[in-house]
Parts: sequence; structure tokens; C-alpha cells
Amino acid sequence: MSKAPIIAGIAAALVIGAAIAAFAIVWRPAISPIEPPVPQAFKPELVKRGRELAAIGNCNNCHTLRGGKAFAGGLGVPTPFGSVYSSNITPDPDTGIGRWSEEAFRRAMHSGVDRAGRHLYPTFPYDHFTNVTDEDDHALYAFLMTRQPVHAPARANDLAFPLNQRFVVAGWKLLFFRRGTYQAEPAQSANWNRGAYLVEGLAHCGACHTPRNALGAEEVSASFSGGDVDNWHAYAINARSPSPVPWTGQALARYLRRGFDPDHGVARGPMAEVVSNLSSADESDVQAIAVYMASVFGSPSGDRVRNADAVKTRTNSPATQAASATQADPTGAVIYAAACAMCHETERPLPYGGVDLALSTALSAPDPRNAANIILSGIPPVAGERSPIMPGFAASMTDAEAADLLAFLRARFSTQPAWQGIEHTVADARRLQTVFLETSPGPHNAPVEPTQRDKP
Amino acid sequence: MMTLKVNGHDHQIDAPADTPLLYVLREDLKLNAAKFGCGLGQCGACTVMVDGKAVLSCVTPLVLLEGKQVTTLEGLGTVEAPAPIQRAFMEEQAAQCGYCIAGMMMRAQALLQKNAKPSDQEIRAELEPHLCRCGTHMRILRAVHRAARLMDTAGLSSAIGVSSATGPLSATQGSAR
Repeated sequence: MSKAPIIAGIAAALVIGAAIAAFAIVWRPAISPIEPPVPQAFKPELVKRGRELAAIGNCNNCHTLRGGKAFAGGLGVPTPFGSVYSSNITPDPDTGIGRWSEEAFRRAMHSGVDRAGRHLYPTFPYDHFTNVTDEDDHALYAFLMTRQPVHAPARANDLAFPLNQRFVVAGWKLLFFRRGTYQAEPAQSANWNRGAYLVEGLAHCGACHTPRNALGAEEVSASFSGGDVDNWHAYAINARSPSPVPWTGQALARYLRRGFDPDHGVARGPMAEVVSNLSSADESDVQAIAVYMASVFGSPSGDRVRNADAVKTRTNSPATQAASATQADPTGAVIYAAACAMCHETERPLPYGGVDLALSTALSAPDPRNAANIILSGIPPVAGERSPIMPGFAASMTDAEAADLLAFLRARFSTQPAWQGIEHTVADARRLQTVFLETSPGPHNAPVEPTQRDKP
Repeated sequence: MMTLKVNGHDHQIDAPADTPLLYVLREDLKLNAAKFGCGLGQCGACTVMVDGKAVLSCVTPLVLLEGKQVTTLEGLGTVEAPAPIQRAFMEEQAAQCGYCIAGMMMRAQALLQKNAKPSDQEIRAELEPHLCRCGTHMRILRAVHRAARLMDTAGLSSAIGVSSATGPLSATQGSAR
């Protein structure tokens, strides 16, 4: 008797087994649609809590397109694999989440699966949102289901095969996604734990500030070591922070709540949108985030403290550094004198005066991207609010001229080694920042004390 | 000594490389349409065009203008032959005190040269860097739309009368002091 049928039988069994396993990994059931709940079904206090949580989650930032309706989606999120477009999370029954039960919403937050059972791309940061408690999801659901419904069909993602097949996401989850809620550290304070819960969960700080691997997953071993978002560098926010003055809990709380700190400057780029949201979040939550993040930054080394003192007392940048920077980049020095110094050297207080550039994290950062973005595009004013402002210089400087300026600024104001390939970075910034500014919703609140906002 | 190209003419300028363009235009060349407002690039009154793009001349040092072409309001048209953008602003009576208007016109001109039919939203976004304290914003908006129509009918969107503008004479002479 031949062994062939036995082998064939084993092979068939393996194939069927693998198919069943694959099916179990990929397949998720649909959750029955519901009749959209009326807004009156949710208690006002719950909706208010949901609003504060949604601000911490920065939901509007990805789910709103510039000039579009709030939460109606359609914003393209560029990834190395193509663009993924955000979905409509208004309670529109046909194109939004109007027919999603709270259970379906919770499943999306906890495991990245939509109501119909389709796997969601991890541009929706469910690797963080899985930490969010049912109680907080309950409030978020109440907030979203009471928004103005907007009819806005989803825009198809711009991904190549096989990434455009959602079963691939199931494989990604198998490799990188760990479901679970935040586990408190009993040795730490309640405030610290509250902050950790928010940072690792809803606030999803690591989504930008942690580097990603080749498959787009956060490198857990390098948490908060700096990442990339929309052609901005999201700085390291741990011991590797490039900030000339080390961050403290107090400075973080001020910065996150008001959008600027005298020792660090004004939030801009995607972070401007984050602090714009945090200015309307619950103050104690923002305090807790600051407490936790201060411990992530850790205590600065003696060297860093001494350098920071030198920066703050303006003894860090002696005349010799200024002279050698001017000699090395004379064109940059001339541009700085005429275009930058009259705001950045007047010592007018932040946020309306320009920051002393020796305090600038952008100029001490590992690459010149953020500084290039700011020089080209400036800081646009927030409509209808007092806000910091800086003119952009894209129209008045060529790439080479902006590169001269950047080389000078680096030599003059930072103790870090010279940047390489600056002109190339400027060219990229000119191309990409334009797109970012045209699509990103932008900050809606100016970074001032929100308590002052309603006053005349 | 550097050569500065303004409204189609070469000028020999003897000034340090970090001198703002605005100072040279007003003090050396007596082209007074561009105004000194804040000196910080925050109000837009000093706006001129450099290589077709709107630029804040108070924060633009001479060193950035080597080999580039500067156009001021005087370079667009004259009292006798105003450019479409100037005609439109006059016909809509878009100036009150007029201090901001030269800058507004220059940025609007730059906008119309790259986008012949801007929407209301696009005009608002483009003119955002400009402050006007008199409050003629709605007239300014109408004027930019009117200029777009004038340019469309005359086919003049890219035609700038640079040849006729050597002197300080301008369509906004009344405010160009």
C-alpha cells in the first residue's frame, strides 16, 4: 500500500487546520446595527465628560478636514505604505457611526474592528485606545453620538495590494497588537497612574513620539525616543530629549495647557493642534499627564542642568560662538539680523514675542525639519483669537538661502554638531508642508488660558 | 553696491546687505506705495512682489534679492493707466484710510497671477496676513473678485505695465505718502 494517500491526508488536514486558524484570526462578526439614538438619550454631564476626553484623544485632528465639518473624516494620513483616509465619526446613519451600538464603538476602540467586522488600519491608534476604560468609552460614545450628523461617505484608501486587503491587518495585529487595559503601578501615586493611563491610552502620545518599525508598529523598546508625523519630527520626550532646558512637570503642565512655555517656546505643527485641544480638557487630567511625562523624561544629568542654566542666563553663547557662526555662514547671519532678530531678540514675553532661539528645541534637534517648516510657513494666526504669529518666508527665500540661515542658526544657538543636507530638507519641507497646511484642520483655539477665552 | 531690479529697472544700491527692502524702496528709490506698519512682518502693509510672489518687504533684507525681480504697486499701473487690480479697488472704493491697501493689492495681484478665479474662501485665506483697521474688508473682497473679472475680460492677468512705472506716480497716489 502506498504512503501517498496518508501524506495527502496529513497535508489536507494541515491546510484545513491552517484555514480554520486563519479564519479565526481574520474573521470578526458584524455587530447588529441599531436605530440611531436621539441626542436626548445621553445625559448632558456625560456628554461634557466625553467632550473633555475627546479633546485629550485629539480625535478632531484626524477626523476633520480643513474647511470640512467637524468629525466628518476624509483627512489623508500619509504613511510609508500610502495614504489612509480618516472615517466619518459623526452619528450619520449611512456614512457615519449612527448605527453603531456602544458595544460596536467599544470594540473599535479596544480591538480595531468596525461595526461590520472589518479590521481597521492602525492609523487609528487602537494599540493605545485598547487601554481606555469602558467608563471613558461610554462618555466618548455619548459625545460622538450627540454631534451634528454629517453625510460624508468614506474616501477610499490609497494603499497598494496586498495592503489594501483588510485581512492583512489581522496579521499585523497578530504580530504587534496586544489587547489589554492599563494596569496601575501600585508603587506610583494616583496622579502618576492617571497620567500614565491617559498618555499610554487615549492621548496616544507615543503614536507620534515613538519611532516605528518597518511594518509601521511602534518600537516598544524605544518608547518616546522621537518619531515622525506629517514631515515634522516629534521630538524625543524621554531622557534623549533635545530641548536645551530640561522639561519639568510644571513646564509641561503649562505648555500642554496654554500652548507655550517661556523656557521652550510655542507649540506649532501638529503639536499646536494637540495643545489647542488640551486647553479645553479637564485641568487635572492635563496635570496628571504632566506628572507622568516628567517621570518619563527623568531627572536631567548634571551636564544638562549646567547647560540649561547657561542658556537661561545667556552665558551659553559667548561672543566667540556668535563670531564663528557669522564667519561660517555670513549670508545666514545677514538674513537672521534682518528677518529674525527684531522679534527673537526683543525679549518681549511669550507667546507674542519670539522665543530666544538659544531655548529653541528645533535648533538643537537631530535634523532641521521642524526649523525649516517654521521658517518657510511661519506660525499662522488662529482666526478670531489672540494668538502667536510668525510670518513665513517661503516666498522670499530660495532653498539655498533658507539653508544658509538654518546653518547659521544651528552654529549660533545650539551646542549640537552641524546639520547635514539642509538644502535637501528645505526642498522637502517646501513641498510637503504646503500639503499639510492645506489639509490639516489647524488649531481652533489659541494657546491662552481658556478661562480668558470667553471674556471680551 | 548691489544691483536691485525694481519694476523692470536696474538700480545701483549702496546699502548694507541686511537693509530691509522696504527702507530702500521708500528712502532710496522714493517708491512710497509700500508702507511701514509694524516692521515685524505681521501687518502686511509693506507687501511687494518678488519674482511674482507676495513678500513682506520689511523683513526681506537686500541679500535675498540678488538676481530677483521686485514689483511694487507703482510697477502695476499709473493714475492715467491703472492696472486692473487698481481699477477694481477704485471702483469698489475699497480704501478708507488706504494705509493697508497697497499691500493688499500686491498680495491680491500675486494671487490672481497664479489663480485667475479665486473663491471667496481662497481670497480670505490669502489676505489673512493683512490687517485693516478701517474695516473695508468686504469691499476689499469685492474688489479682488472684480479685478479677477477685469483681468479675465482684458486678458491682462499676467500683463503688468512695468515699462510705464519709473516714478513714484501711482494709482493710489492719494494714499502713497
